[in-house]
Amino acid sequence: MDALDAIFVTLKHLVVGWFPALLQPWISALISIGAILAIFPLLFGLTTVLERKALARIQNRPGPNRVGPAGFLQFVADGIKSLTKEDIVPRAADRVVHFLAPLVVVIPPLLAFAVLPVGRNMVALDLRETGLLFFLMVGTAVELGVFMAGWSSHNKYSLLGAMRALAQLLSYELPLLLSTVPVVMLTGSLSLVGIVEKQSVVHGGFLMGWNLFTPWGAAGAVLFFIAAIAEANRSPFDLPEAESEIVAGYFTEYSGFKFALFFLGEYLGLFAVSGLGITLFLGGWLPPFSFLAWIPSWLWFFGKLAGLMVVFIWLRGTLPRLRMDQLMRFAWQFLLPMALVNLLVAGLWHFTSPWPVALRWLLGGAVLAAPYLMFNRAFERRHPQRTYRYVS
Amino acid sequence: MSPLLLHLLLAAALFSIGLGGALIRRNAVVVLISIELMLNAANLNFLAFWRYGPEPEALNGPMFVLFAIAVAAAEAAVGLALIIAIYRRYQTNQLEDISRLKG
Amino acid sequence: MSLPFALLAGLILGGALAAVTCRARVHAGLFLALSLVGLALVFLRLDAEFIGFVQILVYVGAVAVLIVFAILLTRGAENPWERLGNSPGFGILLAVAVFSLLAWALTSASFPKASETAAALTVRGVGDRLMREYVLPLQAIGLLLTAALIGAAVIALPAPTNPTNPPTDPESQ
Repeated sequence: MDALDAIFVTLKHLVVGWFPALLQPWISALISIGAILAIFPLLFGLTTVLERKALARIQNRPGPNRVGPAGFLQFVADGIKSLTKEDIVPRAADRVVHFLAPLVVVIPPLLAFAVLPVGRNMVALDLRETGLLFFLMVGTAVELGVFMAGWSSHNKYSLLGAMRALAQLLSYELPLLLSTVPVVMLTGSLSLVGIVEKQSVVHGGFLMGWNLFTPWGAAGAVLFFIAAIAEANRSPFDLPEAESEIVAGYFTEYSGFKFALFFLGEYLGLFAVSGLGITLFLGGWLPPFSFLAWIPSWLWFFGKLAGLMVVFIWLRGTLPRLRMDQLMRFAWQFLLPMALVNLLVAGLWHFTSPWPVALRWLLGGAVLAAPYLMFNRAFERRHPQRTYRYVS
Repeated sequence: MSPLLLHLLLAAALFSIGLGGALIRRNAVVVLISIELMLNAANLNFLAFWRYGPEPEALNGPMFVLFAIAVAAAEAAVGLALIIAIYRRYQTNQLEDISRLKG
Repeated sequence: MSLPFALLAGLILGGALAAVTCRARVHAGLFLALSLVGLALVFLRLDAEFIGFVQILVYVGAVAVLIVFAILLTRGAENPWERLGNSPGFGILLAVAVFSLLAWALTSASFPKASETAAALTVRGVGDRLMREYVLPLQAIGLLLTAALIGAAVIALPAPTNPTNPPTDPESQ
């Protein structure tokens, strides 16, 4: 099954071998770029259809089912619609910044895909020293695009939506960054390829050494994915762009293709940060059990990505939206302290390595559970359970 | 023109542009922008000397630049907070109008 | 003078010039961000990969956003373009003079020879040095950042209101 696992790598080597040696680095880079540009927008299209159908079923209605088999070509229809719509720019808007804002929102997630290892030996840009840092850097570059979009529309609701979105992005960036630090601490390297390879130890003969199967990894994964949903402006953190709250927030004044670019950028950002979470905590392209290693590595990665998308769509359909002050309180007064406690737990895990596994789990779990319960108790004291009185 | 000289000239030009901006402009935030340009010019100097100078294993250049970036970020934060507070009190952000301590 | 360096130098200096001469303040902030991205690319060319990425992460991702936030929060009711200072000529003259002096000093100086071994900026090396030779500056930076964080939050908060009056709308978070 190794041939199937390495099929894309061998294909790429074959195509690169047809060109003279001088052009080969360029052709190799072009093939990687082409592959990323082909796969992830296609995944975006399929995810939008899946999301609409899944949300519809949660809300007891069928969802799009006309275009294509069971409605799965809906994204093609949506793409054609957004390409042919009239591009309206407000008269008082700042034209250059208005034009550039969608680009600044879409390009960083595409850059981020370059460092994600999607399979064994399948990473477009193998930065051995600073892979994770590159990813986090392009994550912060999106904020300026959000601001540009909101300000250039010359619309006070866009600006308000942009300021809220920016406040949310900045607040949830800290738990995101801090929850990746234990992984770096215990791997000893910022290289994403190295992080995946470190998780390839096999415990007990069958269980892979995913970072999820450690106390700091489990808590870190939960914190990371909550912060990732907030960074991607997705429900239940989608106040800055919720239709019932502020029309469309910072991209109210965008129509047609530029709106589609914002939408694309948001979903691509979600894929990118989910991909990072998979690499850091869920073992990247590794299978959970070593007897399943015959399934190709890239299939594992995209399978995990699909599973995470299903979970996110499920969350969107079931959880209510958080208010702005609840959002900020959640980030600063819960996620950030828990991320710091997680650092401590990771340190404890490292220094108690001779101990038996159950004892280390107990210690880690206790150190994590204590602040969690204290926060819960403080929260409940400040916000007691609401009582409702009904008219009889 | 050695590469070191080119980088140093670029840093000198960036520094002068920042200096000119800090002297000419009256808006407090734009003066802060010019100050950030000057700090970045100094960082470029450090890295150019580290890369093209003797003994690069000591990593003196990047270490100093890391600390300089941290200090500049802290200074920008405090400076902007001051500007916001002054705006709230005096309703202006022109530096000429904020002269109560003068003479 | 290779082509990438010339292009990056043009980007940096052009962005800096636009940032200090632009009348619309928000454009000045965005040009600063552009200039800083160009500078980060120059850092990457100087084999300081870590520093280049940290530059974008901190400066473009945080400081530039802070600057545009402050520009937004201090916009007056008047037009977003300001009057130029009393004597712009003096400032330009001084800047040109400083640049001429620096350029003359640089071109007539002789620099020590570059070492043959290429420098490797590893994250492990940075961490090592942070914990050994530079541990005192590290702790000082920690104190400085904490003080700056608390100070900036306290300064920018709206003034506490009288309990009898309703609180004013907190514009800044």
